[in-house]
Formats: sequence, structure tokens, C-alpha cells
Amino acid sequence: MDLFEYQARDIFEKHGVPVLGGVVATTPEEARAAAEQLGGGTVVVKAQVKTGGRGKAGGVKLAHSPEEAAEKASEILGMDIKGHTVHRVMIAEGAKIAEEYYFSVLLDRADRSYLAMCSVEGGMEIEQLAVERPEALAKIAVDPTMGIDAEKAAEIVEAAGFPDDLKDQVADVIQKLWTVYAAEDATLVEVNPLVKTEDGAIVALDGKVSLDENASFRHAEHEALVDRDETDPLEIKAKENDLNYVKLDGEVGIIGNGAGLVMSTLDVVAYAGEKHGGVKPANFLDIGGGASAAVMAAGLDVILSDPQVKSVFVNVFGGITACDAVANGIVQALEILGEKENKPLVVRLDGNNVEEGRRILEHANHPLVTLAETMDGGADKAAELANA
Amino acid sequence: MAIFINEDSKVIVQGMTGSEGMKHTTRMLASGTTIVGGVNPRKAGTTVEIEDQSIPVFGSVAEAIKETGADVSVIFVPPAFTKAAVVEAIEAAMPLVVIITEGVPVADTAEFYTLARAAGVRLVGPNCPGVISPGKSNVGIIPANITGAGKIGLVSKSGTLTYQMMYELRDFGFSTAVGIGGDPVIGTTHIDALAAFEADPETEAIVMIGEIGGDAEERAAAFIKENVTKPVVGYVAGFTAPEGKTMGHAGAIVSGSSGTAAAKKEALEAAGVKVGKTPSETAALMREILENR
Repeated sequence: MDLFEYQARDIFEKHGVPVLGGVVATTPEEARAAAEQLGGGTVVVKAQVKTGGRGKAGGVKLAHSPEEAAEKASEILGMDIKGHTVHRVMIAEGAKIAEEYYFSVLLDRADRSYLAMCSVEGGMEIEQLAVERPEALAKIAVDPTMGIDAEKAAEIVEAAGFPDDLKDQVADVIQKLWTVYAAEDATLVEVNPLVKTEDGAIVALDGKVSLDENASFRHAEHEALVDRDETDPLEIKAKENDLNYVKLDGEVGIIGNGAGLVMSTLDVVAYAGEKHGGVKPANFLDIGGGASAAVMAAGLDVILSDPQVKSVFVNVFGGITACDAVANGIVQALEILGEKENKPLVVRLDGNNVEEGRRILEHANHPLVTLAETMDGGADKAAELANA
Repeated sequence: MAIFINEDSKVIVQGMTGSEGMKHTTRMLASGTTIVGGVNPRKAGTTVEIEDQSIPVFGSVAEAIKETGADVSVIFVPPAFTKAAVVEAIEAAMPLVVIITEGVPVADTAEFYTLARAAGVRLVGPNCPGVISPGKSNVGIIPANITGAGKIGLVSKSGTLTYQMMYELRDFGFSTAVGIGGDPVIGTTHIDALAAFEADPETEAIVMIGEIGGDAEERAAAFIKENVTKPVVGYVAGFTAPEGKTMGHAGAIVSGSSGTAAAKKEALEAAGVKVGKTPSETAALMREILENR
């Protein structure tokens, strides 16, 4: 889960990372109050969107008074930045910047370890720096069993080339940023820019944090960080039912078991759609190993609530769960849903006890259900029905 | 031969006495796996009766190894306790640890993977279906009745696509199928399995299944080009996955322009791997190779 800048700022503050005052606002009035709360002087009004390039898009503006902060906020709120609507701004204390630096620590999937990156040339896009001046970006491996202790932090500031009089100060901030990474179960903590102010303080001016959702069982407070405005209502409904659902832009609803098989089903449906008016998969939905009637009903309910959906493809490989149990689950789900189930349903079952599973569905003889022999055949049928 | 596990493997189950552990221990026993014990400090000294077998419960992994000579552990404990279970197995110098548990925090995995690497312990998973060498041993949750022993080696990030592929090629059979799991950090990679299959005289051809996220498939492609002489057929899932969305597996996410299925397919094809557009086309490619040998 990626956080907004203001959420990253608050988490930084919680762990002692030096930050400037910043208050989130969703209306111009709140922006005015926030600017007053910050002393009534010069503030920066910053669009809160989970994408880069907001400065260039006009999403960051200076305001010299609370009135001006409200004005700028009303200009920025509602803006579209790369497909993201601005629902909030952060009113941030102004800073007199002397130097800009860069720091990040992240999960390095390829090395199955952590990587710290640091540069005395901050402010620009780090991807650009890495390409144009790779020698200016220090990359230091961090052992997951050790983390960033004083020694590792010293190694990082040394490699990045900080001047001697700043090394201790920056190393201290880096250790605190490591605390954020470790204590919050982050997979990314990035500060760009990390600045030296004119009065010599080191401050994290803009932060990016991604949290590991697998670790949410030990961070109950992370639930409050979920962005409800940006999340599709169907995704919220699915999550409430513990379903693994991603809304896509298409006409063929998909239900399957196992993440890989469901991703594959989306692809196969998209190929089949090329022959049927370009219909596409409407969603990703993995109902997992169990495929019980309740889960099947909840899944179908979410998919049928999507007005774009014209047909549904249920693609299940009976591994641990036998196909007869899955078939019974489908039959019972159709009973639970009753008239809510009003779109054609193509079912492909394979694997453990498949004959019995097919027999149960044939016997139920539901008018909207078609049985498919293969995954490719089922995808083709579902695409054809969505294009009818 | 086969890879990682065979008829001589002696398996213990960490989390055997839980509901998932009991269910899958029963299934593993039914498919011929030699299960020599379970581990649960609170039930040490007792036995669990499954079918007509009496499985002893030990207080620790070290004790289980000492008493039984176990060389494989399979872990079914919940995510919050997985790290402790894996670390215990590593400290007891268990040679192979298969972690079925889904939802392990990646910081925990990064930590125990680092320890395992230093100790020379092979981890498979987490968030994986396990390993099966049909007819010899079955460690994890892969259904044993899909197909039997044969000459195909299979390595996959996805459980159900593993089952699907085994099913499509059931008339040929498999030397070993390895589900490596869909998490961002995993103990055994495509490359590890490819290297083992290359060295395994029983394996004649290899199916490699990947999916969006990370660059493991690209690295595997480079490895195949340099090191693998046996024919490899590939499949990649997730061409239609949108950017920035996690697709079921914690590691299955396209970030910016990296981790796309198209890039992985291209890298594999550049390494001479035939890549199927669908699971059935992939199976057909493998069928063609085996029938023309």
C-alpha cells in the first residue's frame, strides 16, 4: 500500500524524523485554518496524489497568507494529475532550502535483501539521476538481519559524499528513517528531497512510503491509512467479504481459484475477446482454494454488481477442493442470489472429481449456466456471450 | 532421482496438529510421503493417529532430526508464527524447508532467507504449494492424483497453474514439480530449479511458469541461455494486469514499466525458450518436443 505524502510525513514525525509542519485539508476553508495553525506566514499548498510530476502539473503552489492558501487550495482541489483526482492538499510550512539530497531504503526483490540509495544531488527524479549520473547515486546493500545501525549509516553518508560537517547529522536522520522502515513494515521509504535548510537543519521535505499489506496483522493502525476515495467501490465491497478482487475495464466477469490461474484466465479471455468485438475481462477475482457456496455467492454478487459486466466466466481447477464441492457451491450460490443472477454464466471445471462436478451442474440445469469443456473453450463462450 | 525430494526423503511437519496441518499431513501420507514426525512443544511426547499410522510429536525441530533423521520440514503455521518456525528449522540445520503459509510479512521472509543462505539451508516458498516428485514423495499441498512419474520438470510461481499444467500433460508425467510461490522474496527461484533439473538425469524437458512482477523470469532467461541444454517451454501469466495493482500474489505487481508479462515473454524467447500464449498452447509446445524425441 502506497501512502500519501501527508501520511508519510506523519509517520516520519512519529519516529523522530525531522519534518516541517504539515496539515492535510480537503476544502479551501480547512486550508485557510491549516495555514493559520502553522503561524499564518508563507506556506506551500501541495496536491496529495500517489503519482509523480505534480509540481509540473501545477499541483504545488506557494501562498503568502491564509487567504491565499485557501485560494490556491481551491485551484488545486479537484484537479486531475495523471488520472488521479486531487481530493486533499497538504498545507506545509515553507522552508528556506540551502541544499537538496536524496535517500531511500527499499526491498530489493532480485537480491532478496534491502538496498539503501543516497545522493547529495537530490530534488530531481531519481530514475533520471540513476541513468544520467549513476556515479552520483550511492547504492549500499543492507542486511535484513542487521538493518541500518550507526556503522551502516556512516557507510552510506560516506559513499554518498556528504561533507564532513554534515555526516553525523545526516547519518542520524538515516537511522531514524530505517526505524520507520523496520517498525512500520515498509517496503519503501524514500525522501526526495532531504534538505539542508539555510539555518543548517536536515529535514525530510517530501516522503514516499509503501507498506507491506501482509504485515497488517501487526499494525492495526494501518487500516486507517487506506484511501477510500481512490478505491473502487466494488473493490471495497469485495474486501469487506475477504475477496481478492481487482476491478478492470471490461465486460467479462471472471472468477477462478489461485492467483496464477485467474491472471491466466484474464489473458485467455482477452485473446478470445479479439474475435468477439474486443470484449475484455472485467475483473480479477481469486476465490482461493475453498470455493465454498458462501464464497462463490459473495464473489458472484460483487461481479454482478458491476454494470459493465455482460457475462461471467467461472474457471476452477479442482486441486485440493474436489469439483463436486465446487459445483455444489455454484448451485447453492445461484440459489442464494436468486434473481440477482441475471447474466449468462460459463463454468469450466477440471481436475479432482470433475465428472461428478459436471453432472451436478447438468442436473441443476440452470437456464443461464453453460458448461465448458476447456479453459480456452470457456473463455471463447464467455466472450461471445458478452458480445451478444 | 528427481529434484529436492525423492523416495528417501524423511519429512516432518511444523504445524501438523493444526487443522490445515492435519488435513495436508493426511493427504501427504496417502500419496506415499514418508512422514516421520510433527513438531509442537505443547504436545511433545504424544502421537497423532492418521489412518493406520502413528506419527510422533516432538518438542523441537532439533529433537525431531535427532530422533528420526528427518531431512525435510514442511511448514503450515500461521503467518505471525512462520518466522519463528523457519528460524528454528534453520538453526537445527534442516537441509530443506518448504513453507506453505501465505501472507508472511516480507521483512520476515527477507530475514529468514538471509539466515538460510548463510546456513546453506534450502527454502521453498513461502506462499507456495510445495514440491512433488510423483510416486516418490509429496511435500506440501499439490494434489498427488493429477498425474504420475515422468520426464518433465516443472517450476512455477503459481499453485493452480502448476496443477493445470500437470493435468494438461498428465499422459507424460513429471520428474518433479516445484511451486516456488508468488511472494516478492522466495527461497528457491526459477534459476535454482532450472539448475537442479538440468543436473537431474530423470528430467528430459522443463516447463517454466512465471507471472508479472519483479525480474525473476528475465534472470531465468539469461540463465537458460548460458546453462540449460534441455528444452525449456515457458508460460507467463498477467498480460492484461493493470499497472500498480497487486494481482492476488503479493509479488504479482507491475510497477511502472517493470515486471510486465510482455517483457518476460520477450526475454524468454530471446533465450530460445518457446513461450505459449495460453496454458494449453504451452502444453502443446511441450507435447511436440517430447513426441519428437
